[in-house]
Amino acid sequence: MCLGVPGRVVSIDGLVAIVDFWGVEKEVRLDVVDEPVAPGDYVLNHVGFAIRRIAAEDIAETLALYDELLGRADADDLMAADVRGEVDAGGRPR
Amino acid sequence: MTAGTERLRFRDPARGRALTEALAHHARRLGRAPVSVMHVCGSHEQAIARFGLRAAFPDALDVIMGPGCPVCVTDVPEVDEAVALALAGVRVATYGDMLRVPGTSRSLADVRADGARVDVVYGIAQAVELAAATDEPVVFFASGFETTAVATAAVLLAGPPANFAVLSAHKYIPPVMEIVAEMPGGKIEGFLAAGHAATITGWGVFEPFVARHRVPVVVAGFEPLDILAGLVRLVELIASGEPRVDNTFPRCVSRDGNRDAQAALWRVFEPTGGRWRGIAHVPNGNLRLRDEFARWDARRRFDIDCTPLWDHAPAALVQQCQCGDIMAGIASPHDCSLFGAECTPDTPVGACMVSAEGTCKIWHQYGGHPDLRQIRRKVS
Repeated sequence: MCLGVPGRVVSIDGLVAIVDFWGVEKEVRLDVVDEPVAPGDYVLNHVGFAIRRIAAEDIAETLALYDELLGRADADDLMAADVRGEVDAGGRPR
Repeated sequence: MTAGTERLRFRDPARGRALTEALAHHARRLGRAPVSVMHVCGSHEQAIARFGLRAAFPDALDVIMGPGCPVCVTDVPEVDEAVALALAGVRVATYGDMLRVPGTSRSLADVRADGARVDVVYGIAQAVELAAATDEPVVFFASGFETTAVATAAVLLAGPPANFAVLSAHKYIPPVMEIVAEMPGGKIEGFLAAGHAATITGWGVFEPFVARHRVPVVVAGFEPLDILAGLVRLVELIASGEPRVDNTFPRCVSRDGNRDAQAALWRVFEPTGGRWRGIAHVPNGNLRLRDEFARWDARRRFDIDCTPLWDHAPAALVQQCQCGDIMAGIASPHDCSLFGAECTPDTPVGACMVSAEGTCKIWHQYGGHPDLRQIRRKVS
């Protein structure tokens, strides 16, 4: 749960962003993100809240771990389940 | 069925080799064994176990998981409060990991099976949605360290519905590090701090701890190379006798951290002393809602009566559970006679086998024995 999950901001409406997680769009809250974000930015999210904007030069390195985790299909992989749970923590886009 | 530990391979093999060699070099400089360091994060343990990282650690280095599982350290009376609310007919929402964590005599899963309404959510916003769709009270049983408490704070600052309330079991990591560092017979010579918690607090939060206890703290990320790089720096600081804070995860962690998030956290919560399950009373280790947010505080909104739960004795096996010693870093799952026998993910006895962030569940899931060095020692 400490892992969080990165996603790409698609659009922003006030304090709510639509964020793309490997093709799945979710609503994420921006109340406590560390700096202003814009569509196209990547953010690190935890339990439905963006907690950090990821700098452009760090995105590839950040995504590598998650690509590796989600690339394997084991249903009982705790880390992959954690990442999926973090994606599911986002709200349904209205 | 277990996922099994993968054969260790690094994303950047050359860098993996270089870091492995650097770790061995600094361990040799120390010239003694074992040297024990502790991390305080379930995600670190998951990554270490899943990627088989212990195979890359020198024999002299013991990397121990401490109290890094928020669901596991939620104390029995806190679970009892949630169970009592559910038994009294209040709708309770919580994270899935919390369902089967035992209270004195029952878990939320037990009372749900008997008809109590317990909803599983992935985040507090979903619990608020449940409340928004009804007039009846909905209590979110909130666990998690500072990273997660920030989300709870943000929701309360945004003014949730009047029928929503929070039962806070949120905990704050820096104070429990003090407890572990002062534990009698303690052997921890350095701490690996969790990158994403430090994203919120900043690495500066550990400076007073280092000044007091003279042990180094290194902030590390979660990718295998990140963890290895953090350990290299930590063992280097131990070997050279430099008790200081270092940050090997600068792409995510700054000295000051996320100040807006800290402001939200401390506006809503205040630290208070409380027990961490099986470990100790931790001064300032629990987070409770400030008076200003009393109307959303389940403890102040409801008369929670746990006494009916205390008429029953805990299951006999629970008395043998070693979760507390395991989370304090003074025992490993293999010191527990229940591990993998009476206690499995399907039949968990203690919280460490319930939560995906618990040491026992992680060790069991990733092959039962993630410490390949011990296997090597046994067969050689």
